Amino acid sequence: MDSRVLQTWELSLWRGTEEGRFASYQVPCRERQTVLDVVTYVQRHIDASVSYRFACRVGMCGSCAMTVNGVPRWTCRTRIAEVAQGNRIAIAPLSHLPVIKDLVCDMSVFFEKWTTAGGAFVPTPGATDNFAHIPPDHAARRAADAAIECIGCGVCYAGCDVVGWRPEYLGPAALNRAWTLVNDARDGAGAERIAAVAGDAGCHACHSQQNCTRHCPKHLNPAASIAGLKRRAAAALWRGGS
Amino acid sequence: MSRAGEARLWLAQRISAGILGVAVVVHLGTIIYAAHVGFSAAAIISRLHDNLLFATFYFVFVAAAAVHAPIGLRAVIAEMTAWRGRSLNVAAVAFALLLFALGAHAVLLLTAGV
Ligand code: SF4
Ligand code: SF4
Ligand code: FES
Repeated sequence: MDSRVLQTWELSLWRGTEEGRFASYQVPCRERQTVLDVVTYVQRHIDASVSYRFACRVGMCGSCAMTVNGVPRWTCRTRIAEVAQGNRIAIAPLSHLPVIKDLVCDMSVFFEKWTTAGGAFVPTPGATDNFAHIPPDHAARRAADAAIECIGCGVCYAGCDVVGWRPEYLGPAALNRAWTLVNDARDGAGAERIAAVAGDAGCHACHSQQNCTRHCPKHLNPAASIAGLKRRAAAALWRGGS
Repeated sequence: MSRAGEARLWLAQRISAGILGVAVVVHLGTIIYAAHVGFSAAAIISRLHDNLLFATFYFVFVAAAAVHAPIGLRAVIAEMTAWRGRSLNVAAVAFALLLFALGAHAVLLLTAGV
């Protein structure tokens, strides 16, 4: 049995909206406890008015992201023992998004940027007539595969300094999504999408310093996707496009 | 800035960076060489005078710097302040022209005595 079972976590939870404060709670330590477990404990046993989001608890839905000791993380797959400083842990909502209440952010802007970046698949005429034949080892297919597993958690977005400095910047997740579609042979809106991501605060605003890549819980590399978009935008320019 | 504009600026930034990389090395190498040999200022100026190779090299250097610096400055200002849009673009172009004018003036002064 883990010796920590005998201890308690000294928890600071953000309470309020944009205006608010950290409130302190003590939560008993359990083995293999996740950050989400600890927040759930507070809500079920100490203060039922604590608001937070989760759904799947297994790293699929992307709804549980929070700032844990200053770092954006998916909380359902983060063991608290690995990120606590001693027995202290501070949990806040994600950065760069409006706070609705406590640990719940308004994700609208985040997903609106996916739309702005051409995040919707646009089938080519006739694409629905038959299955597209795309060999598994095709270069574009591999590029799309490497970026496709995004769960839309917003961790990269919260970890990106440029989003903080230029709120209109499309951000790593939306651009990563655009990159998967740019590499999708079945998609018919390639030129429009390149034009959409190469706008004023699009892919060219990225510094390529890879905070997004460092924090992405799915180990995706949005920075590489964005670099790919920059190359495509340059190639489009070369061909006299957009 | 138009959409192709950002891609164009990005390309210009990278091409000018490549030129600056080479130019700075050549420039520093020349300075170190001149200091090492112990040339006087008068000796250096007399060598630069009517030297088409030097004039061309430094014009390219100045042009690359005048392209590179304002693009970077524009990005930094957009990140660090609320200033963006058309007036920022105009200011960046003005800064580019100023850099080019100052640089070109210095090059002409040294190589052509103008
Ligand atoms: S690499 Fe680009 S998208 Fe990723 S964190 Fe840095 S600026 Fe943001
Ligand atoms: S790229 Fe990674 S960090 Fe960003 S939203 Fe997708 S899964 Fe989350
Ligand atoms: S609760 Fe679904 S990813 Fe964490």
